[in-house]
Amino acid sequence: FSLSGCRISGDGKPAKFQPPPKPVIVDKQKQREQRRFLSPEFIPPRGRTDPLKFYMERKDMIQRRKVFNIPEFYVGSILAVTTADPHANEKTSRFVGICIQRGGKGLGATFVLRNVIEGQGVEICYELYSPRIQAIEVLKLEKRLDDNLMYLRDALPEYSTFDVNMKPVSHLDYEEIPVNKLRVRMKPKPWSKRWERPKYNIKGIKFDLPEEKMKEAQKWSQPWLEFDMLREYDTSKIEEKIWKEVSEELNK
Amino acid sequence: MALLNRRLGLSFTHLSSTVIQRHFSITGACRAIQKLTRVRVVDNSALGNTPYHRPPKCIHVYNKTGVGKVGDKILLAIKGEKKKALIVGHKMPGPTMTPRFDSNNVVLIEDNGNPVGTRIKTPIPYILRQKGEFSKVFAIARNFV
Repeated sequence: FSLSGCRISGDGKPAKFQPPPKPVIVDKQKQREQRRFLSPEFIPPRGRTDPLKFYMERKDMIQRRKVFNIPEFYVGSILAVTTADPHANEKTSRFVGICIQRGGKGLGATFVLRNVIEGQGVEICYELYSPRIQAIEVLKLEKRLDDNLMYLRDALPEYSTFDVNMKPVSHLDYEEIPVNKLRVRMKPKPWSKRWERPKYNIKGIKFDLPEEKMKEAQKWSQPWLEFDMLREYDTSKIEEKIWKEVSEELNK
Repeated sequence: MALLNRRLGLSFTHLSSTVIQRHFSITGACRAIQKLTRVRVVDNSALGNTPYHRPPKCIHVYNKTGVGKVGDKILLAIKGEKKKALIVGHKMPGPTMTPRFDSNNVVLIEDNGNPVGTRIKTPIPYILRQKGEFSKVFAIARNFV
């Protein structure tokens, strides 16, 4: 029994058979290859140091990564880090927190995790390549609107509290990293830094300040900075080279 | 001044708006604990938790330098009394892998090292075990970082 005979077009004649639309096959393998993530500490800083130094550091970093898995994470993702501690009970200590900053280049790369435990805000700066770190687990992989979440210190504590026993949120390999467009509410002023000023260029705060204060903050804007050619540092070609090098070594 | 105002028929408010506002630059805080820093007592002792119109302040640091870090003993002025205390966390960033707290935390202590309170809810850094004999403080602490 087919309904094609019952289909009536506007002319009154029997409608022409429309084949169903072809299914769009998304090749997940290709998408996974296209999305490449190079950890920011691999990119050498701008300067006149010999590239040999960075090459040797990269070799050491790759060697460490072969032994110990350092997952991909961004500022704003929630991590759980277990470190070896000689003074702890089971000689290991576990800390869960949101990554608020990733700094340093090469083997000295660090990331700062923040959490609020029992009403007390705690921040720990970990070194990525330290042999004391036993496991890094990404509980929730996501990005935020800013690269630096130091303003969470002056935000209401609810934005920095994360459950210590939270279950890892699964993230599929080929999907794009979700951007959390959360805009955070702040404690009343004074803050540790004047976050409303354009120097920090923060998009993730919901400012409740009056219009005059926001306009006064714009007095410190330096609109010529983005056109300053001496400050330009194009890392795209360097990234390509380093990505090839690193992925070859790691896949060996 | 008010008489002058009326005589001249002016108000000086427009002048005050053009007065240059002086923004004082204050040197950044030391962030570790030294003399006259206000501290937060984190144990459940009566002396630390009863409200008083003045916050507890450090008046001496038992250290060669006058700067107190985690594990140093200090003298506190609370409620008009002098009391010794142990620093368990400060706002200043320390060595990597050690926690940095959002407030300067302190536990009240007797002269012989016995803690005054019976419970410490706020997290205590593990690094404190290395510094000195504070086994009794660890016994009453609940969370460790």
